Amino acid sequence: MFSAAVRLSVSGVRALTRTQPRCQAVLASRCYSHGTQETDEEFDSRWVTYFNRPDIDAWELRKGVNTLIEYDLVPEPKILEAALRACRRLDDFASTVRILEVVKEKAGPHKDIYPYVIQELRPTLSELGIATPEELGIDKA
Amino acid sequence: MLRLTAGRVGSLLARRATAALSTGSARMASHGHEVSDTTDMSQPLYYDSVDLPLPDRPYKVELTAAEQSLKQKEKGPWNQLTNEEKIALYRIKFCQTYSEMGRKSHEWKTVLGTAFFFLGLTGLLFWWQVLYVYPPHPRSFEPDWQARQLQRMLDMRMNPIEGLASKWDYEKGQWK
Repeated sequence: MFSAAVRLSVSGVRALTRTQPRCQAVLASRCYSHGTQETDEEFDSRWVTYFNRPDIDAWELRKGVNTLIEYDLVPEPKILEAALRACRRLDDFASTVRILEVVKEKAGPHKDIYPYVIQELRPTLSELGIATPEELGIDKA
Repeated sequence: MLRLTAGRVGSLLARRATAALSTGSARMASHGHEVSDTTDMSQPLYYDSVDLPLPDRPYKVELTAAEQSLKQKEKGPWNQLTNEEKIALYRIKFCQTYSEMGRKSHEWKTVLGTAFFFLGLTGLLFWWQVLYVYPPHPRSFEPDWQARQLQRMLDMRMNPIEGLASKWDYEKGQWK
């Protein structure tokens, strides 16, 4: 249990030091007293797989995004890309803008996370024709 | 007799309850014909919340012809949508944007003003009470009485070690 606590504190410190512009987004450290702790990569790949399902339906998309937002983290760009592509498969443009808005909201006081995410998503946004809230002018209402 | 009355009250309540339930709304039959806006809570609801980016249903359910044709265009490449069309699609599905949801209001001025108003009102009420309700002071509050009381306390050497009499210089007749 002590080693688990040390591991948790180390990953917690690691998560704190990673809130820099060019680094990964802040990710949660789960507080298990026993058992293995899911790594950040496992978490990311699990969510990417969820959104990449070809026959995902609208409810599952909504449920996925709403659940992802409940976590104390900003999702990685690759998870967001999978979610945006899922919106494309479902012909749902409005949800893509909403997802980008909520990413900015989740970043909170860390003002450098959202531009980084948009920068990483730029190829996907251009490919799918998704406009950011800033381009549409709805970020300043 | 008591049990019978309780039973009659119980049946009365049961009849009222079934009447309310059968109309399928929260109105009671005895309340007259007031029109109240009842929400069907058994259907998925739309609400704007920062915690819920994608609500259970779109904001607009009945679409105009223009909106329906826009929804058809949405099935094609999104690069062909103009910015106005994109905003229109957003407004079909959602009521408020995140920035609209999070905008600050002027409510705090109303709250603070109301609080100060009631504090002031209480102050006025209290002042009237002091003037008209409080009885006059007892005689023992008069300065003359207080002075003679203090002199008597000193003559009795009250608390001579660390208290009152220890602060009085008896040779010089003044406070130390």
